[in-house]
Amino acid sequence: MSEKVPCAILGSGNIGTDLMYKLQRSDVLEPRVMVGIDPDSDGLRRARAEGLDVSADGVRHIVEHPEDCRFVFEATSAGAHRANAPLIAQAGLQSIDLTPAKLGPGVVPPVNLDEHWDAPDVNLITCGGQATIPMVAAVAAVTPVPYAEIVATIASRSAGPGTRQSIDEFTRTTARGIEQIGGAQRGKAIIILNPAEPPLLMRDTVFCRIDPDADRDAIRASVHAMRERVAEYVPGYRLRGEPDFDGDRVAIFLEVEGAADYLPSYAGNLDIMTAAAVRVGEELARLRARVEATA
Amino acid sequence: MADLTLVDSTLRDGSHAKRHRLRVEDVVAVATALDRAGVPVIEISHGDGLGGASFTYGFSLRDELDLIAAAVEAVARARIAVLLLPGIGVKDDLARARELGASVARVATHCTEADIAPSHLGLARELGYEAVGFLMMAHMNTPAGLLEQARIMEDAGAQVVYVTDSAGALMPEEVTARVSALREGLSPQTAVGFHGHENLSLAIANTLAAVDAGATWVDGCTCGMGAGAGNAPTEVLVAVLGKRGVDTGADTFAMLDVADDVVRPLMDRPQVVDRASLLLGYAGVYSSFLLHAQRAGERFGVPAQDILVEAGRRKAVGGQEDLLIDIAAELAGARA
Repeated sequence: MSEKVPCAILGSGNIGTDLMYKLQRSDVLEPRVMVGIDPDSDGLRRARAEGLDVSADGVRHIVEHPEDCRFVFEATSAGAHRANAPLIAQAGLQSIDLTPAKLGPGVVPPVNLDEHWDAPDVNLITCGGQATIPMVAAVAAVTPVPYAEIVATIASRSAGPGTRQSIDEFTRTTARGIEQIGGAQRGKAIIILNPAEPPLLMRDTVFCRIDPDADRDAIRASVHAMRERVAEYVPGYRLRGEPDFDGDRVAIFLEVEGAADYLPSYAGNLDIMTAAAVRVGEELARLRARVEATA
Repeated sequence: MADLTLVDSTLRDGSHAKRHRLRVEDVVAVATALDRAGVPVIEISHGDGLGGASFTYGFSLRDELDLIAAAVEAVARARIAVLLLPGIGVKDDLARARELGASVARVATHCTEADIAPSHLGLARELGYEAVGFLMMAHMNTPAGLLEQARIMEDAGAQVVYVTDSAGALMPEEVTARVSALREGLSPQTAVGFHGHENLSLAIANTLAAVDAGATWVDGCTCGMGAGAGNAPTEVLVAVLGKRGVDTGADTFAMLDVADDVVRPLMDRPQVVDRASLLLGYAGVYSSFLLHAQRAGERFGVPAQDILVEAGRRKAVGGQEDLLIDIAAELAGARA
């Protein structure tokens, strides 16, 4: 691919702005448009300074110029995305949805992206899902996982009003992702907000029930390999120690430090969403190019 | 008419001390006895609230909904309460418990995170529960800060808001300051509650301070059976408040029988203020961490108190039990 694939960002808040900086570093994608509501917002100001086409006209601005982008990163709210999605699809563009709207299939880059290369709308599930589903999948690739449970601990300051108002939505959506994408028969998700100052890094613990006689070396190897794959796009994605085996369960301890593009580094929960979104866009672009080349 | 509302949480906070291994017959025996003794509200749930059964907090021997159903069946007068921590349990859990006959819903958050609870408190009201907000680890917020959080719960429909000393870390004067702030700042229709732990041997003294400052909902656990060094022993609370002329609705002599004849034989260990549990109060650490730290300590060959002190240093909040294994592994590694 010689030319970068043009993209639009809908939403000029923290997430949209962080996403812009990450897209600028991409070898595959190029952020060309940012659409917000408030022309004086910090996000739009920064986008203008970076030379993006900036608008406060909402989704209309994007769908009226579909030649300017192939992917639309939705970084607004679930309600806004529900309204925008049909217009984006009609314009022949693909939505990469960071909101909890959940209109299309959920995707976790190293696990299930190739199944959904042509979906008009893919979504990023939840931050806890992006951090933990790869590990559930890593264990499930070695041995059956009848039950997986994750605990995501995030800094209070990194939990916005949307997350707070619909915390059940987080646990339900993440649990479903653990099952449908991670491959556990049954999933459970727990989220804890910690107000400590200075704010703590995002921590995630993944428990998988496994056969006590499962091949532990193979599980360890699978977990480490998966960490490397996620760390390709989230450099601050780390294992805290080795997987801990105790009878019929393995526990995997993770820490996610953000890249601090726009968001603070402790907000690994937000960083893993924007980083995964960029990865999804890059992979979808590659998969499309491959399909188009062989067509 | 009793002067205040006494809640016995032996079958909820005590679930921690039993590592969530309560049997249906235990629940029926305790609930029946507490009901006969006149305790008006009996709380039953996994120690970490509805939906708490997990690797992180420990699986329950019996589904808590079976326990709730059995207790509802067993009591004649007492109301059955349930606990829910948003982020761990979900609204559906509240709905299911209500269908089984639970009628008091206590919705708990860390003392700075009340804004994750409004939808749960709102649903509790809609379902016909008496809705109670539970501000945990109350030592980690100022009286003014706690009032701000209590107002969020009140606005969401809470009819009672608790100062919950989950770490058993508050001094009596700190309880007075927090309960007074809520009593003065909330609407007169909203009751203020207090839930104490015994880690610094202050559960009863702190409850008295709370009552003096205007708390009208108070928690105990029979024989103190609860997380950490346990809670204010319900039988002691009934006796002490009785001497003060405060009517709890419960009979002191009947409570002594419940304690010695029904609850004490169920206990896995006596509730004592030992090294590790005292440190919970001293370092301000969530009481439920105690047994998890002991188990992690045994597995990794690290003293439980070292794990707890480190958890305190990292400002861990309720629900972060998974961190204890992580800390134990790290301490073990550092020593290797």
